[in-house]
Amino acid sequence: MRNRLAVLLPAWAWLLIFVAAPAGILGAIALAEADPGVPPFRLAWSTAGFAMLVADDYYLGAFLTALRVAATTAGLCLAIAYPMAMGIARARPDRRVLLLALLMLPFWTGFLLRVGAWIGLLRDEGWINGLLQGLGITDAPLPMLYTEGAMLVGMVHAYLPFAVLPLFAALLRLDPTLLEAAADLGARPAIAFLTVTLPATAPAAAAAFLLVFIPAAGEFVIPELMGPSEANLVGRVLWQEFFQNRDWPVAAALAVALLVLLLVPIRLFQRLEARP
Amino acid sequence: MTALLRAEAITKRFGPTLALDALDLEIGQGEFFALLGGSGSGKSTLLRIIAGFETPDSGRLLLDGTDIAATPPWARPVNMMFQSYALFPHMSVADNVAYGLRRAGAPKAEAASRIATALAMVGLSGFERRRPHELSGGQKQRVALARSLVMRPRLLLLDEPLGALDAGLRERTGFELRALQRETGAAFVMVTHDQEEALALADRVALLDGGRIAQVGPPREIYERPASRFVARFLGAANVLEGRAAQDRFDCPDAGITCAGAIPADTVAIALRPERIRIAAAGEGPNTARGIVQDVAFRGDDSLVLVDLGGGTTLRVAHPEEGGPPPARGAAVTLAWEAADVVPLAS
Repeated sequence: MRNRLAVLLPAWAWLLIFVAAPAGILGAIALAEADPGVPPFRLAWSTAGFAMLVADDYYLGAFLTALRVAATTAGLCLAIAYPMAMGIARARPDRRVLLLALLMLPFWTGFLLRVGAWIGLLRDEGWINGLLQGLGITDAPLPMLYTEGAMLVGMVHAYLPFAVLPLFAALLRLDPTLLEAAADLGARPAIAFLTVTLPATAPAAAAAFLLVFIPAAGEFVIPELMGPSEANLVGRVLWQEFFQNRDWPVAAALAVALLVLLLVPIRLFQRLEARP
Repeated sequence: MTALLRAEAITKRFGPTLALDALDLEIGQGEFFALLGGSGSGKSTLLRIIAGFETPDSGRLLLDGTDIAATPPWARPVNMMFQSYALFPHMSVADNVAYGLRRAGAPKAEAASRIATALAMVGLSGFERRRPHELSGGQKQRVALARSLVMRPRLLLLDEPLGALDAGLRERTGFELRALQRETGAAFVMVTHDQEEALALADRVALLDGGRIAQVGPPREIYERPASRFVARFLGAANVLEGRAAQDRFDCPDAGITCAGAIPADTVAIALRPERIRIAAAGEGPNTARGIVQDVAFRGDDSLVLVDLGGGTTLRVAHPEEGGPPPARGAAVTLAWEAADVVPLAS
């Protein structure tokens, strides 16, 4: 019993200091009143911050945009991850390690560096426009950066490995004789994929979707640096409220609302993970 | 016998390994055929080539006279029952059986009646809504069988069909397989490593060794007249004695025995089945031997007696129960056999 306590103590301490305490502080700020001083709030028992979220369509719009962009990102990741994961799962075991390492390689460079690289490629004076104009294919630069497309490219690039890894694990477990049985019974490869591979790996696909969707819903850096100025995702709005408007109670209320909203997919993910 | 399937000089390599070495084979209409062999004999490769999962490096595979060696598996009128059964885990029993019919675009009403017939045939009516994980091993095997049979294949491939079943179920399932084969009129080609299974079920058996056919023929023929040392040893562990052929006799100098009979000049060894050797009261001359009982193992309907002849030779003798109690360990015995039971081996 004492041993168990000793083992669990650091974990509980960690949770207390880095999860419970910040959440408590956040909750307290969300319920505080805005104040022009330092810090910019006065502890109180006010629901004004939350009332603001409901009253102003701007915040509801920010949530909906974030959910839409996160769902699109997760969907694109899934579409790209399936063929990648199948390729890796079917590769020779020694090559599999190399392919997985290549998949993780971008994570070894800084996140901002990768976003910066995309900006360098996509901006008006960037590599792609330079090449297109240099070859005489276009006269004027194509506006690529600061579009929703650029934002999605950045997001998909950042989150793709989260989708590939669970699919890879599920495809590796998939019995290859199932596909042979499907072929034997008259299914062409595409039909066998739709009728056998896809349903058999559906739980992993759902997990992959949520693993991308959950962090993407709160993403703020990529929309800020690569997205159009009108793309007011909740993460971005939250940042603006904290650092530009200095309305901490509204910002904290936004953070709490986002957390509650994401608890639904997180719970879904846990149930999928718990399945045998 | 009209040939349904004919393999001509089929060769298949996996890297440096020669899996099939210019193999020729003919399988008749409505025949129950067994491909027997140890691991690495090429029997599974041959089955996978017939199913279409592997392409031969050279040679032709003719089904009804048409070369199908390059036809993909989904376009072949051949179906397979997998050793692991390979049931689709996310589908019910009925959906598993319906899978092939759906791919073929069978009308709904016809499909439903064919599924019901196939499930009734394997004794699984009423299991339509079950999932594979809710079935026993034997039931899974029946679903796999129904899933193949519902396609009405002219050629059904069975990969170790009894391999995953326990002993009691094997015998019953074996008889059921034969009944199904007669009922459907399809040719069954079974891969097995178990010689008893092959001999019991098949109309003809091909024994494979190193990617070649060592011998092919009806079970009784290859059992009683093995063509080589390998066949004799593989089928029922016959005694194989090395020696030299002479005029109408075969001398085994190591064992100190001589066999008289019709021995061709090219004989390099002889086979003697354990159940053809009698423990005699006395005797001398050709087709007898003397030795010491090394060990006795009771097997139910007979006892296996190991008799040491000296010179490093041990004979396996099956002593039937009705022949009285077997000799005790250490006893000196005389063995005798008929000239007709001596099987000359040419290789």
